[in-house]
Parts: sequence; C-alpha cells; structure tokens
Amino acid sequence: MILNYSQPLEITNLTGWLDSALRSSMSEFWVLLIEFVLVGALLLTAYAVIALILIYAERKITAFFQARYGPNRVGKWGLLQSVADMIKILLKEIVKINRSDRFLFFAAPFFMIAASMMTFGAIPFGKGLHAVDFNIGVLYVTAVSSLGIIGVLLAGWSSNNKYSMIGAMRSGAQFVSYELSAGFALMTIVVLAGTMQFSTMIEGQRFCWNIFNGHISSVIAFVIYLISGHAETNRGPFDLPEAESELTAGYHTEYSGLQFGFYYLAEYLNMFIIASIATTVFLGGFLPIQVQGWDAFNGIMSFIPTYVWFFGKTAVLIFLSLWVRWSFPRLRIDQLLNLEWKYLLPINLINIVLMVILVLTGLTLKDIFGIM
Amino acid sequence: MDSVSKYFSGLFTGIFSLLKGMSVTWKELWTPKVTQQYPENRDTLVISDRFRAELTMPHDENNEHACTACGICQMNCPNGTIVVTSQIIETEDGKKKKILDTHQWDLGMCTFCNLCVITCPSDAIKFENTFENAVFTRSKLVQKLNNEGSSLREKKKEVKPVEPKPVVEAKPVVEAPVTEAKPVVEKKVTEEVKPEEPKAEKE
Repeated sequence: MILNYSQPLEITNLTGWLDSALRSSMSEFWVLLIEFVLVGALLLTAYAVIALILIYAERKITAFFQARYGPNRVGKWGLLQSVADMIKILLKEIVKINRSDRFLFFAAPFFMIAASMMTFGAIPFGKGLHAVDFNIGVLYVTAVSSLGIIGVLLAGWSSNNKYSMIGAMRSGAQFVSYELSAGFALMTIVVLAGTMQFSTMIEGQRFCWNIFNGHISSVIAFVIYLISGHAETNRGPFDLPEAESELTAGYHTEYSGLQFGFYYLAEYLNMFIIASIATTVFLGGFLPIQVQGWDAFNGIMSFIPTYVWFFGKTAVLIFLSLWVRWSFPRLRIDQLLNLEWKYLLPINLINIVLMVILVLTGLTLKDIFGIM
Repeated sequence: MDSVSKYFSGLFTGIFSLLKGMSVTWKELWTPKVTQQYPENRDTLVISDRFRAELTMPHDENNEHACTACGICQMNCPNGTIVVTSQIIETEDGKKKKILDTHQWDLGMCTFCNLCVITCPSDAIKFENTFENAVFTRSKLVQKLNNEGSSLREKKKEVKPVEPKPVVEAKPVVEAPVTEAKPVVEKKVTEEVKPEEPKAEKE
C-alpha cells in the first residue's frame, strides 16, 4: 500500500538498470567489485561537491546576514568562487614545519577527513542511495564521527605551537562534552523509534515524523541535538577552538595547502553531516511529507524524488545553523562548559526518562491517533 | 530554593533573549544591501565635493590661471610635495615681473592636508574629487598643474565692487573658532587677497 505511488524521477530506476546490466554480463565477484568502486567514487565526489556548494552557500548567506552581497565576481553571482578557491588551495605549497612531529603532523588531517568520510557513507541520501545501512546505524555514526577529534588533538600536538595546542585542547574539551549531549539526544529518539537502523527508522516516520511523534520530548531532544551538533563542528558561537582573535586559527594554524583544505572540507562536511543526521532521525529522512488517508496529496508529494526531499530538509537545517552562527557572540570556555554540564546534560537525562514514560504509557502521537 | 528558581528563570530568559537575537538577524537578512558595486556604478557614484583626491589648477577659457608663482603653497607644504618654478620677465612698460614656469605636484608624496589650498593668496589651486588616480609607474604621479602655454589672468577691474563685502562678513565667522596660531596666517592671507579677488567663500 505504501509503495504504489509512481516515483518516475527516483534514482533506483537507474541503479536497478545498472545492476541488472552488470549482472547479465559478469560473475558475482566482478559485479560487486565494480559496484563498490562506483559507490566509493561517487561518495568521494559527492563529498567534495557538497563541500564546495556549502562553502559558497555559507559565504553568500553570511553576506546577506551582514547586508553585503558576498562573492559576486567569479562567474555569475560568484558561483565559481569556491571552485577558484579550491584550485588555489590545491596549488599551494605544503609547508614542512621545523621541529614538528612530522609523521603525526601529516597523519592528523587524514584522521579528520576519514572520520567525516566514514560518517558520510552512512547517511541515507534517498531511496536506494544509502551506502552503509548497519542495524546499529545510530551507534556507528556517533562512534565514527567522534574519531575526528583525534585528528584535531594530533594536529595541535604535532604542530609544536602553543596556539595550536591550546586550540586543540579546547576543541577536545568541547567535543567530548557535547558528544555526550548529542548521543543522549539521539538515544531519546532511539527509545521512541525502537530501532537503531536508519532505514527502519525512516520507514517508521512515513506518516508521523519523530519530532512530532514524541512531541514535547522530541522537540527538546531536537533542539539539544542541534545545539550540541553545532558545538561539535566548532562553529558559530562555539568556535572558540579557532578563535581568530586569540589563537590565530586554533589547531590548524600551521597547516597549509591541501592539508588545510582537508580541515576546511571536513569542517563544512561535518556541518552537513550533523544536519543530515538530524534530518534522518527527527524529520523523516528522505521521505516526502505524507498524510495518512490523503492519497492524492501523497501521490503528488511522492512525485518529488526522495533525494530532493532529503537535501531540502538538510538545507533548512544548515540555514538554521548559519542563522545561529551569525546571531550570537562567541562563548567563553567556562560558559561553554556551563551550558553543557549544567543545562544540556541534566535536561537531556530528564528528557530520556520523560520519553521512556511517553513510550511506555502510550502517549506518543502515533499511539494516541493510531497512525501506522 | 532561590538558586533553583534562579536556574529556571535564567534558562527561560536565556532562551527568550536568544530568540530575540535571532529575530533581529532575521530582519537584517532582508535589509537592502548597501555595498557599492564600484566599477559598474561609475555613472551613479556620488563622491563628496569636499573629498580631496587630486590637486588641480583651474584654467579659464583663455588658458589663463590665477597663480602668481609666489611659492606660498610650496612653503606651506609639510612634505615638499609642491615645487613651484618661476622666471622673471620684463613687461612692456619695463617692470620686472615673476611669472609661473611650472607648478609641479607629486601625488605620491601628498598627504592631502589642504594647506596649500588654504594658504594660496590668489585661490589658484584647489582639490578636485576625481579619485581614480592609480598609475603603473611612480613617475606618472608627478604632475604639472599649469597647462602648456598658459599665462596669469589679468584681473583688478571687475573684482573691486564685489570683494569688500564677503571678506568683511566672512572674516569673523571663519576666525572665531580658530586657535591662536592660525589667525596670524589667516590675516596675512586676507590682507593679501583684498586687492585681488573675492575669496571669502574659500574659508
């Protein structure tokens, strides 16, 4: 009943055709090998392209918040600006720092980019566009994304520079603190959804997104997840690890060229990853807006392909993140830790208990209104 | 009990003030952009008349200027930006007269302090607001202000009935706020001006 709306623009048509074409001419081993390589290449390309688009969008929206135009010289409306920046950063020299720990110094950016890349692979971008779908997807994402902090700490340590070191330490303190809140917020929704697998979690939100399903408790978890996700990505009011006025650039002060580019890329992609996980967990993932019983409406909404829905919802959350970033002043380190340990964490713990009570007593919207 | 209520009131007032801040930035997002798109908006660009960009010596339609080559601008220039060269010629009635040879101004050394214009007794030079002065070599920054073949404007006739009034009127206004050091200079200037041209508007 659910899947019989026509979805002509869906990417599954193309991937299904490709798969059957390969299978008809090759053995299982080669089919899998080719498909793995294709998926890996596509993910890497998407990673770079999304980062470029995000950098452009960020600069443009930032400018609009400050009543400026933003980049508007390279290409129409400055569309090629981030491409030009990328070419510049690829051509720059990778400076070798004297008396730095050479091996760790070069390894650090790879930790960062690998962690964010591994998380990126687990994101469901649309129907049939989900590379890694573990049955412990939420756990996997939280575990793998926290590997990135190793890259930050190593960068600060191996640069042999006190500003980098302080920046990395601040970043570590911040990341470890807020990781806790983000994990608890996700756990609240795991309690509600009853699963850790992204695909089943999305399927369960077809007619009632998790943020509505758990009403008050879900909304609190959503806000907390956005705040702590924002803090994890070292952005906005929480950017004190790279506070320009105090620490030049924080942990990546000594990096240049491509290595700096890795950090830059990972920072923007982490913003995207946080937004897309929030989309998947709270806002129904790639599913279109559907109302139970309104078949015509559901058919029209399903006509829009799922990847458009996914990127649309994610874009809204990214805009929210930029909005917050350009609204609030930077926190001090004590205020930052106060916010986490005195406010977010206790609220979060109470919130989980509240969610458990809601689920056990049947007070979620699905239970009340009998939505399937 | 007090600390508990403080905790919660702090939490909610904090959330309220954050939302208020976000509403401010939301409004700011939609305000019209004020950035000047410079090279494209040359036609509509408004530069203040008082902006000092380039020193010029106005010439009239007969290719005549007002510079008497007295050298006061050169003496007053703090940077030695101006070099006035003159020559002595003999007029038809046998008088010896100093005329301007070249009035040279170096844009690269100028601080645009306006002292030369203020002190010029004959109002011969002024700052224009033509600001696009970029050149590729430093030597092009040195400009000769008087036109080729120009000469000193002969005056005295038409000016006399006009001049006393503006000078007398303007003087107290101008001099009132000026500090001790300046009036000496100003007086000299105005005295020298009297027989020549109305110049009260010049300040």
